[in-house]
Amino acid sequence: MSAGPRYTLYHPRWYRRRVSVWWWLQNRSYTGFVLRELTSVFVAFFAMVSLWQLRALAQGPETYGRFLARLGTPLFLALDTIAFLSVLFHAITWFNLTPKAIVLRVGGKRVPDWVIVGSNYAAWLVLSGAVAVVLLRG
Amino acid sequence: MPSTVALTVARYRPEQESEPTFQTYEIPFRKDWVVLDALNHVKDQLDGSLSYRWSCRMGVCGSCGMKVNGTPKLTCATFLSEYLPGPIRVEPLDYFPVVRDLVVDLTEFVRKLKQVKPWIIRQEEKPLGEGEYLQTPDQLDTYKQFSLCINCMLCYSACPIYGLEPSFIGPAAIALAQRYNMDSRDQGAAERLKILSERDGIWQCTFVGECTKVCPKHVDPAGAIQQYKFTGATQWVRSLLLPWRTR
Repeated sequence: MSAGPRYTLYHPRWYRRRVSVWWWLQNRSYTGFVLRELTSVFVAFFAMVSLWQLRALAQGPETYGRFLARLGTPLFLALDTIAFLSVLFHAITWFNLTPKAIVLRVGGKRVPDWVIVGSNYAAWLVLSGAVAVVLLRG
Repeated sequence: MPSTVALTVARYRPEQESEPTFQTYEIPFRKDWVVLDALNHVKDQLDGSLSYRWSCRMGVCGSCGMKVNGTPKLTCATFLSEYLPGPIRVEPLDYFPVVRDLVVDLTEFVRKLKQVKPWIIRQEEKPLGEGEYLQTPDQLDTYKQFSLCINCMLCYSACPIYGLEPSFIGPAAIALAQRYNMDSRDQGAAERLKILSERDGIWQCTFVGECTKVCPKHVDPAGAIQQYKFTGATQWVRSLLLPWRTR
């Protein structure tokens, strides 16, 4: 909280504080929220790299080799590490929030939160397992 | 256990000062006292000029919401013993204009609440002779949680989006709109959607989630808003695919 007061029309003596630009440092959950929002930048980065990979793959083995070499540079290793951590944080925090948005009723009773969160994690595990099987076989 | 505790209270006397200041009172500590008891002690024994709102002192009326050590709280349900050894800082709720000391103005909220039509809307009333509108316990259960809101404004004070965008309809008003949308007797969902899917409605919310954390009645306004976003989005897709079927 900072800056001067704002005044309300017809009530010039009412006191109104402006919100500081540092509001998100005021408490831990605000900071967590802003971090969760920021992770989307790295989610986008990850998506771009994946598209770039597809393009390189389509252009033949030579281009793909150069793409892989570039991924091995320290800059990309660092960026990928940050992106990986961000995507993890993004996925976990959003998964944990799903019961707020999804309310399922079975036989008139609300499905408990842990079932909704759990099914997200289960789907994540199954899909990751499927991807791992495809990759390791090939 | 201490015999006294320091209570630091925000004062704003518009005829004397241009911005709020703090004043500290040394009050007796009693383990059965809540912050509101301490304020009443100040008002009765130490300084009669202190202004604040309260009424029921049992978490029903929703008038004694203030910030205690930075967190929005109902002061009638916040024990002094949680904040030992003190000092305990009491401030008016954030983001509302301060009228005096701990009293804030809520006109803006009342205007928004009225906008979302928090009452049962019927397209057609059934004749009195047919009796009352019946509801099963399961149907009641779908909205009961949202109906427990006491308009204490803690959720607005916890919402940084409301602070940054004062035109945002806000958590409590949207939860109360959802209370009527989910009611099996209500037929006004389409009317409310028009208001709530506009710029100042549900899409302003970025799901910080603090409104739900501070709610003393476990209304879960953040949940109400996210569920409403789902409804809003499906209605939008439907209107895109079936433009002739406007609901």
